[in-house]
Amino acid sequence: MNVVVCIKQVPETTQVKIDPITKNLIREGVKSIINPYDLYAIEEGVRIVEQHGGKVTVVTMGPPQAEAALREAISLGADEAILVSDRAFAGADTLATSYTLAMAIKKIKDYDLIICGKQAIDGDTAQVGPGIAAHLDIPQITYVRKIEALEEKSITAQRTTEEGYEVLQSPLPCLLTVVKEINNPRIPSLKGKMKAKNAAILTWKAADIEAESDRLGIAGSPTEVWKIYTPPARSKGQIYDGDPEGAVNAIVAVLKEHLI
Amino acid sequence: MIDYLLTEEQKMIRDISRQITDEKIRPAALEHDKTGHFPHDIVKVMAQSDLFGVYIPQEYGGMGGGIFDICLATEEFSRGCAGIALCYAASALGTYPILLFGSEEQKKKYLPLIASGKKLGAFGLTEPSAGSDASAMLTTAELKGDHYVINGMKHFVTSGGDADIYTIIAMTNKARGARGASLFVVEKGTPGFEFGKKEDKMGIRASSTRELIFTDCKVPKENLLGKEGMGFIAAMRTLDISRPGIGAQAVGIAQGALDHALKYAKQRKQFGKSILTFQGIQWMLADMAAQTEAARALVYASAREIDAGCKDVGKDSAMAKMFASDVAMKVATDAVQIFGGYGYMKEYPVEKFMRDAKITQIYEGTNQIQRNIIGLALMKETVQ
Repeated sequence: MNVVVCIKQVPETTQVKIDPITKNLIREGVKSIINPYDLYAIEEGVRIVEQHGGKVTVVTMGPPQAEAALREAISLGADEAILVSDRAFAGADTLATSYTLAMAIKKIKDYDLIICGKQAIDGDTAQVGPGIAAHLDIPQITYVRKIEALEEKSITAQRTTEEGYEVLQSPLPCLLTVVKEINNPRIPSLKGKMKAKNAAILTWKAADIEAESDRLGIAGSPTEVWKIYTPPARSKGQIYDGDPEGAVNAIVAVLKEHLI
Repeated sequence: MIDYLLTEEQKMIRDISRQITDEKIRPAALEHDKTGHFPHDIVKVMAQSDLFGVYIPQEYGGMGGGIFDICLATEEFSRGCAGIALCYAASALGTYPILLFGSEEQKKKYLPLIASGKKLGAFGLTEPSAGSDASAMLTTAELKGDHYVINGMKHFVTSGGDADIYTIIAMTNKARGARGASLFVVEKGTPGFEFGKKEDKMGIRASSTRELIFTDCKVPKENLLGKEGMGFIAAMRTLDISRPGIGAQAVGIAQGALDHALKYAKQRKQFGKSILTFQGIQWMLADMAAQTEAARALVYASAREIDAGCKDVGKDSAMAKMFASDVAMKVATDAVQIFGGYGYMKEYPVEKFMRDAKITQIYEGTNQIQRNIIGLALMKETVQ
């Protein structure tokens, strides 16, 4: 069972700042980490391989410093790591990013399962995972909270919905995006960290993945950001305590006055 | 914190230990303090992270580091909970005699199990009538054919009952006094080897402290560590190298208490401003920080000296243990003071640090015994 895990290096804080002119995320001066949801993807991949054999290949598209995220993934149990990095990828939106990653995975060729975190904490779009499956023309199960069964040619998984969960079955290869309920990511081992320090990280450029240049980076990104703003903070509600009957009467009076 | 120029591997040990402390130990500390339950699940995480083998040579499944490495991990764990940290560090105390005096067969048999964390070690030295005077022990081991028969009891044994591999000391020749003691490895489950009372302690409550009871307990001759009669010397040499570990535990307690005090002082408002802006509080924190750093520097230096293979490390490791534990007690007490009335309440974390700190001045040789060791060494130096 060969598993590909796609990860993203993101700024540590969830309070990312946005450049008011370019509308891009400001990454300078913020510590980079593996997108927390991707940690669950790595853990699930590693557990599958521990149980079924095979290998976990972790892939990221990003600048050269994203290599640190890949090394961390190796310390957490991934076997191989590929950095997809080229200036031509700069400015990619979710369409161009998912295309680029899909082309890299095509080059990896031998895979049964692709696992992604449900979304990244910086962009929060949750589009790249599903996009990869679409580009590769393989089935996908999003928001997976549990893998019920994994056979040689099929997978059965629980997909989280707002009301509860659905149980879906899919042939392999298949792409999953996972939610945090799926597992409890391990703490890296000393041996894992030492292995990661010396691991060879492959770097693939645009030419290596045989991508069409007009589908990469800014050229391949139809998304236009018109405006980004912080929603206004919700004002505090008024609490009416004291005896329940008096409180109800007071609330009814306020409702009558303003709304009804 | 002073830059102690750690190697890359040592930084990894510190970082992993810190992550375990943040994610596993700190959230569980109060519960274990309350219930006194041994933290088996956290010990498992430490084991999976390869931390039980940091000081064990690679040929026996360890990481090939030394005392300094185990000190780094113990210090980090103790910032979260000194009791849980002790469940880790005590395994090494039971293992050092095997490492120092074990035969090749004994090392091959036990060290890989301990390095992987699958088995925990423990050290049985103290008896009810033999505390600081370890030579007054009553437990005996009598050679009968191809085995020894052990009778007697050890008490205050850290991880007693929860550990698997026990190194204990017993008299093989009473007539020779301290020179008639020998060390043995006794495995949990050996017939005639049982566990007695579990102590209800003031602090380090996550760690178990029990009696070991030996009733005609037969152990194979091969379980004798080193030679007959060298048990007392071996125990003293074990303590010489284990003391920095207690020092590291104490440094972790001091640092943890200081962290809490600083954070609290910043947020606590009196007279209209944060109490951290008051010079009286700042001076307390300054002393606490400087004392903690001095203790750390002494503990690290002592551990590094042992790892470098220096001789006569006993005085320095006694200084490290004594100084760091006195600092831990003072810093934790001052942290409670900075918290004021809240500091005295169990709802707040610092009273636990104060309770935990106390034992570091007592066990593995009281600080009075440490001063004896230092004083004796000083006297010897005047003769040279």
